[in-house]
Amino acid sequence: MPDEPASITRDEVAYLARLARIDLTDEELDHLAPQLAVILESVAAVKEVAAQDIEPTSHAVPLTNVFRDDEVRPCLTAEEALAGAPDADQSRFRVPRILDEEA
Amino acid sequence: MTVTDELLSYDDAVAAYDPVMGLEVHVELNTASKMFCGCSTEFGADPNTQVCPVCLGLPGSLPVINRTAVESAIRIGLALSCEIAPWCRFARKNYFYPDMPKNFQTSQYDEPIAFDGWTELDVDGELFRIGIERAHMEEDTGKSLHVGGSTGRIHGAQYSLVDYNRAGIPLIEIVTKPIEGAVAKAPAVARAYVAHLRELLLALGVSDVRMEQGSLRCDVNLSLRPHGQDAYGLRTETKNVNSLRSVERAVRYEICRQAAALAAGDRVVQETRHWHEDTGVTTSGRSKEQAEDYRYFPEPDLVPLAPSREWIGELRATLPEPPREHRARLQAEWGFSDLEMRDVVGAGALLSIEQTVAAGSTPQAARKWWLSELARRANEQGVELTALPITPGQVAEVQGLVDAGRVNDKLAREVLDGVLAGEGTPEEVVTARGLEVVSDDAALGTAVDRAIEANPDVAEKVRGGKTAAAGALIGAVMKEMRGQADASRVRELILERLS
Repeated sequence: MPDEPASITRDEVAYLARLARIDLTDEELDHLAPQLAVILESVAAVKEVAAQDIEPTSHAVPLTNVFRDDEVRPCLTAEEALAGAPDADQSRFRVPRILDEEA
Repeated sequence: MTVTDELLSYDDAVAAYDPVMGLEVHVELNTASKMFCGCSTEFGADPNTQVCPVCLGLPGSLPVINRTAVESAIRIGLALSCEIAPWCRFARKNYFYPDMPKNFQTSQYDEPIAFDGWTELDVDGELFRIGIERAHMEEDTGKSLHVGGSTGRIHGAQYSLVDYNRAGIPLIEIVTKPIEGAVAKAPAVARAYVAHLRELLLALGVSDVRMEQGSLRCDVNLSLRPHGQDAYGLRTETKNVNSLRSVERAVRYEICRQAAALAAGDRVVQETRHWHEDTGVTTSGRSKEQAEDYRYFPEPDLVPLAPSREWIGELRATLPEPPREHRARLQAEWGFSDLEMRDVVGAGALLSIEQTVAAGSTPQAARKWWLSELARRANEQGVELTALPITPGQVAEVQGLVDAGRVNDKLAREVLDGVLAGEGTPEEVVTARGLEVVSDDAALGTAVDRAIEANPDVAEKVRGGKTAAAGALIGAVMKEMRGQADASRVRELILERLS
């Protein structure tokens, strides 16, 4: 997990958008990339006060080892599970063909 | 599968090139509930009936770690002589593919729970030490059904149907360090390693390790380099090699295919390849040149794990005897030769025989039943020995019937047939099929008298002292009694009458 760069280029925004499956037009990229750069630079200001002895933090609460016992709990029914699905068939989620980009 | 790859013969390939392997094995744990939620993990349920807001990734749901899964992961790490991380986190592996409804898989990235271990295995009497890079925790994905293609394959499909029952089942991924120096034995070493892991996981009791149900899956990384060269060649990763036999075949195939490319002056393309069980070949999948970018980051919904020394110590105390020591001890106890022992291990019969002996059979008898009679039946049905519907206790019971003189070997085989056909316990089969040998003197005596009467010349020889000739009379009695006579008692009765 490398350090995030303090700024971001238009190409990087386009690349991330593709990874996140967000379809951005050229105009949207022109508009958003500088805005994201400003946001990242603002957040990077934290680095100026965080000294070397401060560990990067992934959790605000210093807890470890929160577990549950290995016990089976009731599940949803297939009808409940599929209730919010855009499409379903044979008790399964129906999704568009998968290898669109590669096939 | 339009391109047929050129292959070099195996002997030529390993004469020119040195294979380097890396094996990634995914093991489904046998916990009752999933990794991060309480949904059942039972195999074979109706689609989408073992799902909940957590494993479906519904908004507002929060995962909580299954303690037993973590204990199993630590025990696997310890059994593979790994270091256990004093502190580690889960990470999100982000990707868009409908087998995970969350659009990420909860996994571990640069902080695996177990790392830097090793294990040793025998391959045809030669000891190989396999380094373990890491063993980390993650969750399994859903199952997709591709509809509209010609053969249910992903290519050409019009749409896919997804069942998330499997999504969230705890998985451990065990990754080896590069395996070097096996040369021509590389395929056998790969197979032996997976078989060894399977045995180890069974002994730990952490997984069902049923390869045919997908609870143990193997990816094979392989590269070639000219003999004497230190630097590794470009590698391929062959996915979903899901039987011991396939592991061996896939390694062999990739060695021959890559060797042909190199011998022709071409480069090996670094890529993912798919293994085809039916044809025994690998075909090109995604090219690694469009490198995956999973944007891993620490899972914010789960707090870190920090297994204490005390906890690790308690788990270490629960480890079974290591497989090699276990085998050595059993071989000494049973008095089996190296060859006998190798056959037992090769047939995957070690645990079955151990349990049969524990149930009261002698080691030699247990070996005989499992390796001859039952192995032949498993072979005929194309299933693994342990998948036969008979328990070690029942095999011991059959041998008990033989020892008590109630059935002979021939009848015992019929008893086995009955048990395998689902007719009940050995005792029930004996009763239902009327298989017990007759050792009642009155019944045997009548048959003996008839045999002597029908074979006066043989009887005369026996009277004259040629007791070996009694065999013909015993045969006649057995025939009359349809094999159900107690042969040793018949012999005694014949000799009594003709002395």
